[in-house]
Amino acid sequence: MPELELERYELSEGPAYRFESNRRDWLKSLGGGLLVLLVVSDLERAQAQEAGRGGWNQKLPENIGAWLHIAPDGTVTAFTGKAEMGQNIRTSLTQAVAEELRCAPSRVKLEMADTSVVPFDMGTFGSRTTPTMAPQLRRMAASARETLVGAAAKQWGADAASLTVADGWVSDPASGQRAGFGDLARRTDLVKCVAGDAAVKPPAGTSLPKVDARDFVTGRHRYAADMRRPGMLHGRILRPSAFNAKLVSVDASAAAMPGVKVIREGDFVGVVAPDEHTAGKALSAIRAQWTAPRQISAADLFAELRKPAPSERHDARSAGSLDEGLRAADKTVQSTYTVAYIAHTPLEPRAAVAEWNGGNLTVWTGSQRPFGVREELAQAFGIPEESVRVIVPDTGSAYGGKHTGECAIEAARLAKGAGKPVKLVWTREEEFTWAYFRPAGVIDVRSGATKDGRITAWEFTNYNSGGSAIDPPYDIPNQTVTFTPSREVLRQGSYRGLAATANHFARESHIDELAAAVGMDPLEFRRRNLKNERIRAVLDAAAERFGWGRTKPASGHGYGLACGTEKGGQIACCAEVSVGPQGRVRIERVVEAFECGAVVNPEHLKNQIEGAILMGIGGALFEAIDFDNGRILNARLSKYRVPRFSDAPAIEVVLVDRKDLPSAGAGETPIVGIAPAVANAIYQATGKRIRSMPMLPQMLA
Amino acid sequence: MDLVANGERHRLNVDPERPLLFVLRNELDLTGTKYGCGEGECGACTVLIDGVPRRSCRTPVSAAAGKQITTIEGLEDAGRLHAVQQAFIDADAMQCAYCTSGMILSAVALLHRNPTPTDEQIRRAMEGNICRCGAYNRIVAAVRKASTAITARAEAPHA
Repeated sequence: MPELELERYELSEGPAYRFESNRRDWLKSLGGGLLVLLVVSDLERAQAQEAGRGGWNQKLPENIGAWLHIAPDGTVTAFTGKAEMGQNIRTSLTQAVAEELRCAPSRVKLEMADTSVVPFDMGTFGSRTTPTMAPQLRRMAASARETLVGAAAKQWGADAASLTVADGWVSDPASGQRAGFGDLARRTDLVKCVAGDAAVKPPAGTSLPKVDARDFVTGRHRYAADMRRPGMLHGRILRPSAFNAKLVSVDASAAAMPGVKVIREGDFVGVVAPDEHTAGKALSAIRAQWTAPRQISAADLFAELRKPAPSERHDARSAGSLDEGLRAADKTVQSTYTVAYIAHTPLEPRAAVAEWNGGNLTVWTGSQRPFGVREELAQAFGIPEESVRVIVPDTGSAYGGKHTGECAIEAARLAKGAGKPVKLVWTREEEFTWAYFRPAGVIDVRSGATKDGRITAWEFTNYNSGGSAIDPPYDIPNQTVTFTPSREVLRQGSYRGLAATANHFARESHIDELAAAVGMDPLEFRRRNLKNERIRAVLDAAAERFGWGRTKPASGHGYGLACGTEKGGQIACCAEVSVGPQGRVRIERVVEAFECGAVVNPEHLKNQIEGAILMGIGGALFEAIDFDNGRILNARLSKYRVPRFSDAPAIEVVLVDRKDLPSAGAGETPIVGIAPAVANAIYQATGKRIRSMPMLPQMLA
Repeated sequence: MDLVANGERHRLNVDPERPLLFVLRNELDLTGTKYGCGEGECGACTVLIDGVPRRSCRTPVSAAAGKQITTIEGLEDAGRLHAVQQAFIDADAMQCAYCTSGMILSAVALLHRNPTPTDEQIRRAMEGNICRCGAYNRIVAAVRKASTAITARAEAPHA
């Protein structure tokens, strides 16, 4: 069966790594030592294998994935375009380098996500850092180690294989001689190229604590909004009255306060002031009239999503014959599931500090796509990308919500108009309104199974939410799976796990419905239809730890389970819920088993899984964007409930460590199991099947 | 007006209505205190005023004048982390860590009131602090760890 198209709401990773000419000067500024470049194009890779190394003045390859530098003073610095936003890749990538260089992690510095000093990178999304960037850094570090060992062996006339490497030193146990990384790097003084696909060792799998945790617990770390530049002003933007509104008239005369400047360019109106408070007062003094078209409201959302987008292609694929499968079934089930629009709600709202220096622009901003934001800025101001530097400090989370650069562009526009650096921090209301949402969706499922629990037919149609994890992992001979894009109702985009949450919610809820129709235990029913050994392993691990089938839930309680796979991770989730008065659902206990190949950092992996479960609880039980005629009605944390301490269940994580398999990313997939597990547990507790996310109390009352 | 932040007195000429949060961040460059929502719902802006946790985004600077303000930058003592800060590191109780300052200050205030809280009491006291990354159970564990450390220190014979 052909693959469905890539997830439409996420960019695919392109091959265009460009090593720009202005980087060469910067490389010279490194001051010699050993520089290892990771070459990713086929042609240049062949050349790299052929030549292997050269001096600092050679023509450098153009397609570079990352680079690693060992300075004459022994400092090890790895450069990557990936961004840290709480997924702890600064730690895991440091581990990759330190393990290969056999030195303490504290010796390794990571330069991340600064477009002027790191190689081009598409962005930090799609759980790609662990499967791609970590092995790349590992290869470079291994190559650097071999080079340093080689240099020492040559110098001492020793056999390289007899030398040892530990804690930044190369030693010869036979002669007792030793030399530091810095000395060897200075003497070597070369640029070495390694191929992107060289073999790589598996991770050691140790729980290194967050490398810069101390900066965070002391408040020393500066997020984008904490940056400060000389003469910096604070900006605010006049927002339209509704989506798609056009500015009719604006009167900014009342905003003429000391130190305030109003900046207008077409429909863009903003203010700058010496502080946020004054900027806010000036903004509210502006009188503006807008005109907006009539727009869809939340009540009409799901009917609207069923209308296909006129120009969009439908993706459908089939195997076997659905009709035959349905005829062969003893029981058939048909049901529809819906998923609301939700907001990422990163605790750090979008923020940017922009500074012009002649025709050059520097912007500090929280983003998953520093090079994407650089491109947006270059386009917005009609300047070459080389004139734009985007620096992404470790960011206060994103969850797929910080792909775009509008805040950076707004700050740069204000800075240009003001002639001074400008800081712009989106308010929570702006963050809820003017970013983008996880797509809402409608999913129709029709299925059939035999009395002995074999699924014979599967028809699955997803309107709008997306194609991630749309394929059932079960062994079903007759199936049709369709993704139908809809006309966009609200601005929508990437989100942690993308549509995999919606598709798992519908599929794993439906599997329980089908199991119930043929009178079979949900675990047994799944096992009977699952050939995928990796999913079976996590399903068994979760069920075993949860005690599935060994106890009956107390009155008003229910157990539910769900399993699946996405982005190289296998997941199974068991949940116990209690349903109280007025349909209040409390998730009492969760056991989640996860397998993503070889575990890199067990403690951080557990942290990610626990966090994904918590975030998943929000979408499962509370979160939904309410909107009416182009306006968001609940754009505040007091109106849009996200999970809090009291919502956190007891969580047990079971890690299935497959040291024999390459490591997959783990920031996203652990989110997909909780919603269907909870839906299935609510059904067991109450006999009511809820087919909408979020599952609200009124649906149970 | 006079603002006493982390034991240091500052003389400031600012609009008394301006939220304390922005005065701390802009005038005193104490950026460890974060903006999250502006309506006191998320706790990222939590500071201690005379030892009591307050939402600095909803506190006019005039209400804090002359009082003892403690921000995250004021917890370290001569390069030694506060027990709660250390416990957050040890329990890996953060991901993006944007909530961490507010979490730590809420926990410090709780342990000051009640040095040996139950898990339930910790959760209740911290309910107003949001960790969007969902490290709640780890934060509870960190507060428990800090409680143990503080109690042990208090019980240890003084040298």
